[in-house]
Amino acid sequence: MIRFDNVAKRYATGHEGLSGVDLHLAPGEMAFITGHSGAGKSTLLKLIGLLERATRGQVWVNGRNLNKLSNRDVPYHRREVGMIFQDHRLLHDRTVFDNIALPLVVSGMGHAEVTRRVRAALDKVGLLKKEKVFPITLSGGEQQRVGIARALVSKPPVLLADEPTGNLDPDLSREIMELFMQFNQVGVTLLVATHDIDLVNRLGKRIISLRNGRIASDSGTDS
Amino acid sequence: MAKRTRQPGFKRNRNPVTWLLRHAQMSLSSLGRLSRSPLTTLMTATVIGIALALPSGLHLIVDNVRQLSSSWDGSASISLFLNQSVSDEQAEQVRATVAKRTDVAESRLISRSAALDEFRRLSGFGQAIELLDHNPLPPVVLVRPAATVQDADAVGRLAQELQAYREIDLAQVDLQWVERLGAITGTIERAVLILAALLAGAVLLIVGNTIRLEIQNRHSEIEIVKLVGGTDAFIRRPFLYEGLWYGLLGGAIALLLVLASLYLLDGPVERLAGLYESGFSLSVLDPLSLFGVLLGGPALGLTGAWLAVGRHLAEIQPE
Repeated sequence: MIRFDNVAKRYATGHEGLSGVDLHLAPGEMAFITGHSGAGKSTLLKLIGLLERATRGQVWVNGRNLNKLSNRDVPYHRREVGMIFQDHRLLHDRTVFDNIALPLVVSGMGHAEVTRRVRAALDKVGLLKKEKVFPITLSGGEQQRVGIARALVSKPPVLLADEPTGNLDPDLSREIMELFMQFNQVGVTLLVATHDIDLVNRLGKRIISLRNGRIASDSGTDS
Repeated sequence: MAKRTRQPGFKRNRNPVTWLLRHAQMSLSSLGRLSRSPLTTLMTATVIGIALALPSGLHLIVDNVRQLSSSWDGSASISLFLNQSVSDEQAEQVRATVAKRTDVAESRLISRSAALDEFRRLSGFGQAIELLDHNPLPPVVLVRPAATVQDADAVGRLAQELQAYREIDLAQVDLQWVERLGAITGTIERAVLILAALLAGAVLLIVGNTIRLEIQNRHSEIEIVKLVGGTDAFIRRPFLYEGLWYGLLGGAIALLLVLASLYLLDGPVERLAGLYESGFSLSVLDPLSLFGVLLGGPALGLTGAWLAVGRHLAEIQPE
């Protein structure tokens, strides 16, 4: 589902975000990326979501070589990759419902179908009663759930999460991770960047550890 | 995953009905966004309206002056001042001779006494005239050239030919000032064109700048829409519609301004025309300028928005 062939990313500043990364994630696999800040976790996710393009090597997602996608194709690629961020990236002038509906509206889905899907996504993250409120009135954990609902509402085959529990206390963090495990059970390929090593060690999933833009260790495909 | 020469394509929504529906929704939601800040919207639209009203109003004035001068042009008459020694009977003969010419459509004799009457009535020197022991005015034959004698040159030639008659002292064409007026309106018309071009540029800048600010205000929204797979066309659309609405509103305001000015000018112009014994009245906007304002406004709004969007949307990329 996701494949990196000798991928390097050098920023305009000269900083090498990633160098010589080889990685393969099978469809339906779930993995954590760990490492210190600046180790390249975010860069790796950005390359998959085409927020950045690799300067060397090839990135494959969902059967497509991302190097060969034109800028016109990028939006269509992003519809197949749900992204979750530490700072949620919600629109504060829109209701929870409208926030979650955004990926569907963008793809031109009809109103009835949008409503049905958004309710289903809200149900999955346990916020069914909050659809009419504005994100600002929600707690950090709830806002993160809205972000998660938005990422999964279009049923993308790939979900990426960049420090999704960064601002949450341990209990909420565990809840969020358990949510991810549930999605994974229904076949979604998940890649979660986190520095919460204690938490991921307990979950028994594949752990890829980055250091200075290279893969320092990889616990291998989970069983 | 084997390397392929052709990648699996993306599903794209090409259903024209959905496409139209989305455009309709987007145009309405843009209008809704504008109506949520009515004062700002109205001020921007009014600036556009004034910028559009100025050239179209001036065009209207020039148009009217031209119409006025052309109606004078057509009725350019030649006054034949006859010799003092010519009697009224002889004058009538001259008139009859002139009237037989094919290039003369109509002729009318103003006898010496009729001329004196008119002079007394209109000049205000009535009492001074009483003091004179004889009538100093010559008989006059007014000649209206035939329709075949159209331009000022032909009228001038006709006047020259008439002046060659023994009984005619002077054949006077009162056309020079009409020509001058024509030249002046021509110049003003050109100036109005230049002004229109400048103000069209101003409208582009106004709309462009308004949309640029709007893009800045909605920076994070644009970023997020790009993150969840919004195409450039999708992101561009609300801004383009906003420009279109601004232009349309501005056009409507321009039209109102012009019509209001016409209404205010109508009375004085009628009085003025009355003084010149003319049935002239202001003509309303011709269909061309009407469509010019109502279509030009939106076109300029759309173009201004397009320029701003083209410049600034690409700068916003999610991180």
